[in-house]
Amino acid sequence: MYRSQLWPRVVQPTIAVVLAAVVIGIPLWLAVITSAKSRSEANLPDLTLPSAWHLADNYAQAFSQGRILWGLFGSLLVMLPAVIGVLIFGSLASWVLARRSGRLTAALYGAGISGVVLPPAVITIVLLLRQMGLASTPQGMIFVYMGMYMSVVIFFITGFVRTIPVELEEAARMDGAGPFMIFVRIILPLLRPVIATATILVCLYIWNDVFYSFFVLGGGAVSTLPLNLYAVASSNLYQNNWNLIFAYVIMMSLPLLVVFVVAQRRIISGITGGAVK
Amino acid sequence: MSRSAPSLLERSPDVDRRRSSPRRQASGYPLGFLVPAFAILGVFFFLPTLFNFVYAFTNWSAFHDDIQGVGFDNFASLLSDGSLLASLRITLVYAVLVGIFQNLFGLGLALLLERDTRLNRAIRAVFFIPVLMSALAVGYIFAALLKPEGAVNGILGALTGTHVSIPWLGSTTWTIVVVALVNSWKWMGLAMIIFLAGLKTIPEEVLQAAKVDGAGPWKTFTAVRLPLLAPAVTFNVATALLGSLNGFDTIQATTAGGPAQKTEVLDIFIFHTFGYGLFAQATTMSLVLFLIVTVLAFPVIGYLRKRERVL
Repeated sequence: MYRSQLWPRVVQPTIAVVLAAVVIGIPLWLAVITSAKSRSEANLPDLTLPSAWHLADNYAQAFSQGRILWGLFGSLLVMLPAVIGVLIFGSLASWVLARRSGRLTAALYGAGISGVVLPPAVITIVLLLRQMGLASTPQGMIFVYMGMYMSVVIFFITGFVRTIPVELEEAARMDGAGPFMIFVRIILPLLRPVIATATILVCLYIWNDVFYSFFVLGGGAVSTLPLNLYAVASSNLYQNNWNLIFAYVIMMSLPLLVVFVVAQRRIISGITGGAVK
Repeated sequence: MSRSAPSLLERSPDVDRRRSSPRRQASGYPLGFLVPAFAILGVFFFLPTLFNFVYAFTNWSAFHDDIQGVGFDNFASLLSDGSLLASLRITLVYAVLVGIFQNLFGLGLALLLERDTRLNRAIRAVFFIPVLMSALAVGYIFAALLKPEGAVNGILGALTGTHVSIPWLGSTTWTIVVVALVNSWKWMGLAMIIFLAGLKTIPEEVLQAAKVDGAGPWKTFTAVRLPLLAPAVTFNVATALLGSLNGFDTIQATTAGGPAQKTEVLDIFIFHTFGYGLFAQATTMSLVLFLIVTVLAFPVIGYLRKRERVL
């Protein structure tokens, strides 16, 4: 009896706590503690407490140098329309793709989900945007993100629509409702779980993206939080200003962490809801 | 089924519940609803991909105004200076390492934190924090941790009682492994969540039956639970592999492709080459990435489909 309780009562909790403290705790501690150090002390980042606390000046400096508010504005400016657009257009297309049959539909579906695996042609995207006059603009970025994540949305939502019985649409159709009405009134509300999954994944990708935004937004007036972090970190190539980098990292990570703490269960069940049937 | 079918109950047996008749399709599910999504996909995804096949064969660069066809010159020069095969090899090694590490860590965490206790839920949330952080930020944290005089060597030194100064990010052989570990650190929380959801779908009776048959924990795991976790494994392996073929952020922040270009994956190469103004060469590498993913994607997707059918 005693032996069988040793694992669940003592050993497993101990391993779990120690593992979390070492594997996650140490890296995060390093970031937090270094963000409070003076520049010279942060030059060699270690896990010790700062000899003098520079929390306020570091965060103020990172805030102004990294243009946090402007970056936050830019991140939201490209993320919100891209996510909303890709979900609306993606679910509209998914409904039709799931309900129609035939070779044309199968081919369109195959093309529609190909972007799940195929990498975007990032260099020629820049060329195309230049020709369209959209280079270095938030509009260009929004369209590029929508093109990149449309496939993920179509993939998730089409699979989900196929599990919704078509009879649910019949009654409304009998009452003379048109396709758009049926989509908005009947289908869209039923899609909530899968839309939650897609929203979380696409938001995570876009919010943290630096590669594609570097090419598309580079040289323009609007930039995003990760782009500004890259600028802060690269601004002083010969002396890494770790205190400012980590002050910036913490300020930039806080919005998503706060959202996570508030909606933790919904986020986790949202992600798994669409991924594992 | 005709339009005047009176009710749900009188469905004729030959009608597929999930799809409707051809006549209903034309009126009930207009193709017009596909237009916005496919217009965006066509212009901003497929058209640039098509351009890849054109501009990889030109001399497009920042150094002259006209763009002319040059045949396979870009491929030839990238092949002859060895950068194409080197980048390709590094990218594949990196993707496979990430695929392995991320899933081992994720599965280990899921098994450790499987019971639904309050402590386990809290610890799961802690391991999910890196998933939410920007990969660039994660890269900078590990760049600081892994400096030769950094905290990791400091801890190792304190544990062993000697002075440790391993150049984690300066080895031409092992740094690619370290970078893959860093990327797996960032994503293992997501793999854990998927595995936990997979473990939950295994019926209690199956595990009881295994116990009755005298299977120990290890036997139960290898013979019963792991096979039933197949959908979670395929999902995790596929996303890890395909995601890391496009890897950029963590590598750029930790090594920027160094030392001696030994961690220069395709996206880092594209980033650098674009920065030098050699647009056609960057496009050529982008095309190579596209072709590699296409070649690898078909077996992966075929495998996924087969799994779906079996289960």
